[in-house]
Amino acid sequence: MRFLLKTSYEQDLRLFRDAVQRNWYIALGLALLVLPALVPTYLVDISLVFIYGLCGVSLMVLAGYTGLVSLGHAAFLGIGAYAHVYFVQDLGLPWVISVALAAAVTAGAGVLVGLPALRMTGVYLSIATLAFALIIQEVLTRWERVTHGLKGRPVDKPVIFGVSLAHDAAFYFLCLAALIGGLWLTANLLRAPTGRAWVAIRDSEIAAQSMGVNRARYKTLAFAYSAALMGVAGALFAHKVGFLAPDIFSVLLSIQFLLMVVVGGLGSLHGALFGAAFVALLPVLISEARDRVPAWAGQVVALAGKDAGAAAFLGVDRFVKQPGLEPGLFGLILVLFILFEPLGVYGRWRKVQLYFSTFPLYKRATFRRQKTYMRSERLR
Amino acid sequence: MTLLEAEQLSMNFGGIRALDGVSFEVNSGEVFTIIGPNGAGKTTIFNLISRIYEPTRGRLAFCGRDLLRLPAHDVAALGIARTFQNIELFEHASVLQNLLLGRHAHARGRFVEELLFLPRARAREVAHREAVERVIDFLDLQAHRDSLVVNLPYGVRKVVEMGRALCTEPRLLLLDEPSSGLSVEETEDMAFWIQDIRTVLGITVLMVEHDMSLVSAVSDRVLALDYGRVLTVGTTREVQAHPDVVKAYLGA
Repeated sequence: MRFLLKTSYEQDLRLFRDAVQRNWYIALGLALLVLPALVPTYLVDISLVFIYGLCGVSLMVLAGYTGLVSLGHAAFLGIGAYAHVYFVQDLGLPWVISVALAAAVTAGAGVLVGLPALRMTGVYLSIATLAFALIIQEVLTRWERVTHGLKGRPVDKPVIFGVSLAHDAAFYFLCLAALIGGLWLTANLLRAPTGRAWVAIRDSEIAAQSMGVNRARYKTLAFAYSAALMGVAGALFAHKVGFLAPDIFSVLLSIQFLLMVVVGGLGSLHGALFGAAFVALLPVLISEARDRVPAWAGQVVALAGKDAGAAAFLGVDRFVKQPGLEPGLFGLILVLFILFEPLGVYGRWRKVQLYFSTFPLYKRATFRRQKTYMRSERLR
Repeated sequence: MTLLEAEQLSMNFGGIRALDGVSFEVNSGEVFTIIGPNGAGKTTIFNLISRIYEPTRGRLAFCGRDLLRLPAHDVAALGIARTFQNIELFEHASVLQNLLLGRHAHARGRFVEELLFLPRARAREVAHREAVERVIDFLDLQAHRDSLVVNLPYGVRKVVEMGRALCTEPRLLLLDEPSSGLSVEETEDMAFWIQDIRTVLGITVLMVEHDMSLVSAVSDRVLALDYGRVLTVGTTREVQAHPDVVKAYLGA
């Protein structure tokens, strides 16, 4: 069992708890540095994990920390993507400035959604963001001068300070840098009064207000900040897909983002990243499975007899080639998580960690949820 | 010196008159208690002072300043902190975070400094932490610093909520039923703390309370309320003996 001795207040402000944790993160960083050399074929998929990671952090700020569940986050991604492509390819602005402007435009859109959202809570807010997403999708379709409408528009490879990042590995590092930057800024906000104000609004608006938190200001700020991160992610996403069309930014994508934060674990940045890896890599896993699982099943069953093996191959093959397999699996996993691990992957991770760090004194009751009836007459 | 002044406060909820022309004054440095049967309008007074409700009529002044012109989130910075009858802590945050949020009134947003966590932001965080640690020492909360509020027993939550209010460095502390849900022993501790808050920290206390042993132990003056009207104001003994108060409680 490890016990952390704290000797100064500064210690609680550090991003890493202690030297052990910091070394683990350094090891992870090194692993990510050599990864392009190890798995060159999957680099594009891993870049998507990083982009989705940024999206996850964005939605985590809003849904996980401020308690404002958005069902329209794909719209912010779309605004960021189209704005960036417009600035770079139509106006010819430098890449970095274009991304910053795209983030600013998206943040502005975030404020526009945030302002009416001040008077709404819970499900009504989600519906409002859903409506916003549908409107944005319509705008992206109709505003042809900028977006080229349903024809779509191709996106060039990123060129930063005159250096073309056409190579997959270069783009991988660009996405990694953006993710680390976004994580750092968000972690900073979360350990400062802003982050505490967000958590306060999530847990009790009335108490937050009585302690001096300006609800309007911090809710709008959460929307703006979350949207700005989404804008940066959108710019990278545009390069990743290489071709923008309005139907990419559908409600289904918004729901995938929500899935990300719920499966990862609401209320933690780790959770956003776990969720991103899950959502971005599951389709890759499924397509791999499509190619290989029928053959494996065929070979295994063929031990019992050749005809049975062929039949098993055909049966499994037909199953994995079902068109609806991916959304079906997503849905199933979401349901299983909500039923068995509401704290998400990160919650499970914490339990495993605690089990080992307190071995052999782990108490199951630590994480058991208790029904409480203390908040009967809540002020609204 | 008068710290808080309420004049002819009235509050209607639809056809129900929760408060009907309530006037009182809280003097600097005293413990002022409001008692009354259920539905008398005690908590309504608190919600008016913390600007959660808008009064139908009346005036509220704090240190001579008109409270009714301020939004709810500016009341804390003026020096008024409160607790809630049913505990409104931030349940999925640690005790430390809850207390630090109590410093929010002194932590006005400098967004860019926080975003980059510049040395100035760091120094401010340490200063807030020092202020919070003083409250932790005062209320003996050391053991619970890093626990999540959801995992704490009710009695400790009650103390944490009072601690959060103290972290705002208030001049007036509003305690809404500080002893409700506490054991006898915890209630006695609460009485000591309220006395210390007044004498050691020099904070004026306005509280709503049912437990008469606690009321008589700490209060300088007591106001009895029934059906939104003031029955009487005086010392605990005077109020308890007042015929209208006896009538309101016993219905005789």
